[in-house]
Amino acid sequence: MSENKHTEEKLSAYDRVKLARSMERPVITDYIDRLFDDFIELRGDRLHGEDESILGGIAMFHGIPVTVIGHRKGKNTAENIRYNFGMGSPEGYRKANRLMQQAQKFGRPIITIVDTPGAYPGIDAENHGQSVALAENIATMSCLKTPIIAVITGEGSSGGALALATADKVFMLENSVYSILSPEGFASILWKDASKAPEASEVMKLTAKDLYSFGIIDDIVPEDENMFEKLDEMLLDELKILQGMDETKLLQNRYEKYRTMGSVSHG
Amino acid sequence: MDMLDILDNKKNSLKLLQDERKGTSSAKLIQCPQCGSEYDSKMWKKRHRICPDCGYYMAMTPKERIRLIADESSFAPMFEKMESLDPLSFPGYRQKLTSLKEKTKHRDAITCGTASIGGIKVCIGILDHRFFMGSMGTVVGEQIASLTEYAMDNKLPLIIFCLSGGARMQEGMFSLMQMAKTSAAVEKFKNNGGLYISVLCHPTTGGVSASFAFLGDIILAEPGALIGFAGPRVIEDTIGQELPEGFQRAESQEKNGMIDKIVERQDLRDVLYKIIKMHAR
Repeated sequence: MSENKHTEEKLSAYDRVKLARSMERPVITDYIDRLFDDFIELRGDRLHGEDESILGGIAMFHGIPVTVIGHRKGKNTAENIRYNFGMGSPEGYRKANRLMQQAQKFGRPIITIVDTPGAYPGIDAENHGQSVALAENIATMSCLKTPIIAVITGEGSSGGALALATADKVFMLENSVYSILSPEGFASILWKDASKAPEASEVMKLTAKDLYSFGIIDDIVPEDENMFEKLDEMLLDELKILQGMDETKLLQNRYEKYRTMGSVSHG
Repeated sequence: MDMLDILDNKKNSLKLLQDERKGTSSAKLIQCPQCGSEYDSKMWKKRHRICPDCGYYMAMTPKERIRLIADESSFAPMFEKMESLDPLSFPGYRQKLTSLKEKTKHRDAITCGTASIGGIKVCIGILDHRFFMGSMGTVVGEQIASLTEYAMDNKLPLIIFCLSGGARMQEGMFSLMQMAKTSAAVEKFKNNGGLYISVLCHPTTGGVSASFAFLGDIILAEPGALIGFAGPRVIEDTIGQELPEGFQRAESQEKNGMIDKIVERQDLRDVLYKIIKMHAR
């Protein structure tokens, strides 16, 4: 793990929340352009519809065929409206599930790009089974027989993030955040005051550094001029390790990883 | 049953109701949160906490749910001493845990154990609304996973009563990770041939709804239960419009295809027994 000491000292947790949400930040299509070759988008959940807030497809990564799936945010307001600000609907999560099963069939590793304010809270989303779609993705990912690496690039908020981030290895960009809920939602639930988001951000422990220290994520990608190169190198190194592992060991490690998160007192 | 019997039964239950309403004993009166009818606590207990006037399903404690479905004295508790370590050192959390422990005599929002239903041994987990609205933190996650692993090792059916506001805020990302922990355990159990029945009670939302609650091989629900991912207020605020009547209720979720069967409390033991009997291994 390496981190830019310079920015580290100056930024509050809420500063990072704002950075993680910034429209200036690279979005999934930038990562696809910079890290992968021959990306082919695959659309639709084969059940009901196509949700553009989640993007998925196949691509080459250093000569290895991979499946790439992630939340899609736009570069401007019009695009963001089209992609629903990266808030996935059940159709999007079910498309992701379909592509993950397909990756397993063809023995392709999966790389996910996680950047969402949360799964979409809407009437149709609820009626079409948002909970079921999220639960099934988490369950599928927990026992999928192919390596999975997740990269939290911006906002990793709530179950909508976890449903693409239950992985063998989870990386976070230095200024990304990963949390149980948005700081506004958190402040509103606990203190009935959404404007206390800055205070909430501190107590929630949502920064890459905090989550690395808890062992909830596995590595931090420094955000400097070499960010894409560094991420590329980290992904390749990790992929080689995971691909070299036998299936039983891979699944056992993944199970143990989540099984041991959050220790309790046994009295 | 012929018409006369039905009429007779009706008369009898009416008589019973009138007696109960008078509050013949000195037991304190409890009000139905939906229609305001008042009955003494013995009546609520006898009628499985269902309001005789409007049919509202009041919350039940784990002990009451065990009594509802399990053979008498068959319940053997597990993990009773497990406690949260307050992983984020969250301001005020330890004090709140301590006062709830004193009040409920439980150490967190879950009761687990083994019991028998009609002589068939099962694993049961029950969330508890009195403890942070049944929210899932490290203790709930750890107990669900441990109970599931126990069920797998001992080839027992698994029954979980879900009622929860979601992930526990005070344990932050550790709570979110319990969604992965419980889902992984339940999925492994199911892939190994285990039978998992989840019973969705009021309310089942958020991180519990989006993990083990909706992973049941068979998903039952209590009438009127609020079941969904996002809370109604969050949805209203997001879309800026009123929600349709009956939205996210068990009845509409059944129509949406999300639930196998809505079961009345008085029928639950029988339905569970028939299901586990058909899955005997």
